[in-house]
Amino acid sequence: MSVTPLLEVQDLTKTYNGRIGCQNVSFRLYPGEVMGIVGESGSGKSTLLNCMAGHLAPDSGKVLFDTRVDGPRDTLAMSEPERRMLGRTDWAFVHQNPRDGLRMRISAGGNVGERLMAVGARHYGTIRDAAGDWLERVEIATDRIDDRPAQFSGGMQQRLQIARNLVSGPRLVFMDEPTGGLDVSVQARLLDLLRGLVRTMGLSAIIVTHDLAVVRLLADRLMVMKSGDVVETGLTDQVLDDPQHGYTQLLVSSVLQV
Amino acid sequence: MDDYNFAYLDEQTKRMVRRAILKGLAVPGYQVPFASREMPMPYGWGTGGVQVSASVMTPDDVVKVIDQGADDTTNAVSIRKFFQKTADVAVTEHTGEATVIQTRHRVPEELLTENQILVYQVPIPEPLRFLEPRETETRKMHALEEYGLMHVKLYEDIAKHGAIATAYAYPVKVEDRYVMDPSPIPKFDNPKLESECIQLFGAGREQRIYALPPYTKVVSLDFEDYPFDPSKADHPCALCGCTNSYLDEVIVDDDGGRMFVCSDTDYCESRRKRGFTGPQFPLAGEAA
Repeated sequence: MSVTPLLEVQDLTKTYNGRIGCQNVSFRLYPGEVMGIVGESGSGKSTLLNCMAGHLAPDSGKVLFDTRVDGPRDTLAMSEPERRMLGRTDWAFVHQNPRDGLRMRISAGGNVGERLMAVGARHYGTIRDAAGDWLERVEIATDRIDDRPAQFSGGMQQRLQIARNLVSGPRLVFMDEPTGGLDVSVQARLLDLLRGLVRTMGLSAIIVTHDLAVVRLLADRLMVMKSGDVVETGLTDQVLDDPQHGYTQLLVSSVLQV
Repeated sequence: MDDYNFAYLDEQTKRMVRRAILKGLAVPGYQVPFASREMPMPYGWGTGGVQVSASVMTPDDVVKVIDQGADDTTNAVSIRKFFQKTADVAVTEHTGEATVIQTRHRVPEELLTENQILVYQVPIPEPLRFLEPRETETRKMHALEEYGLMHVKLYEDIAKHGAIATAYAYPVKVEDRYVMDPSPIPKFDNPKLESECIQLFGAGREQRIYALPPYTKVVSLDFEDYPFDPSKADHPCALCGCTNSYLDEVIVDDDGGRMFVCSDTDYCESRRKRGFTGPQFPLAGEAA
């Protein structure tokens, strides 16, 4: 029996004025799966993520998404309204810097409710209940619902950003260094929370990070990138415990041990 | 009189403005860009409204200009004089007699008819401006009908104040399509946007014209559990006793004394002429 992949990327290439961003990337992501993309700075992981999420236009290739109504469709060939609709319903994007993903001058409740209102929710009580519910799920006290994100700590901002993204029940989440810039104990809490949410909601996710511990905890499969190329793929534990490519071996051996 | 072309603007400019007006009428609520001209008055004084009025004006028109409902404030007086001087048109203070009414921040109380044009002066035509500062993005949002953000503003109002606290420039949806800023009229006036007359909106500094044709559907945005409420001060007019007109609060002494009077001066005066009086009429020291 074959399962339709939720997302299928075919030969994705993006160059910046002739310089390679990423090239000939192909992979499949199945429903409920979490894929990690690791590599050093400048290896093309963020370029790849932004191309998939529709923030950047790739030079060539296809990004097929299994839409609810029409089945697999190339999101790059979609019209802009369709793609933006997808971006605020079935997709979610968690930025590294919460300030990029939040509206800093709008209360936490408004931030979480925005996606609901964007798809037509017009009942204040329902929106507020959903916002309160989601704040609880990301461990933010509900009495802070009317505070602005600027009054939150970095870890809380990141959790708020996650709540804001997951409130619409997306099927695919793109995460760009979700734990970057947080201290280790806050990181651990966030990872724990993310792992719980991914498992209970059955989310599929693509996580870009340079932190191998993050992928070890969250990702089912791993893709290692270097200079725009994918150099190794496989199950997370397999790649991390038995790296085959020279670069992966270097990467794994570079992790600091306490 | 021969020193100016009729209504100040040259004919080519008027044609350009008329084209924008026609486009605006064809796509109600859509902000049509136009090449706004320098006018002999500062931005913020109604340069957009004046250009629109000048372009629709004919020598037979009767012009009325109001500022916050009043005919006798600086802005209204200077614009009325401007058209008297440059177009030599008849002017009036009576809403019913006017054929072109230029207004700042109010809709006249008296219902307007099919023979009238109401021209609004608009400071900021973009309803999404303070929510999304990028004009490229707001245009895209209008084009793709992505108006969730407008409700985020109303949500914030309720979260902070317990009710939709937006009292003027209250956003409306036109013909189930475009979200429009009705210029800073009080939300009390929003129901009057569904009118028999032609309504034109001119923003001079921002170079935008938009319009509502007669009988256009205009719905004020709200939540199901917090419906739109066109509220006003809970008093009768102190001079004419009217209970359903929009009122200004006037401070009358430095001892906390205040009175509420109709903001539409012509409406209030004509009611008094017909014999209606309020609790404070005639004013102390003034003959009736």
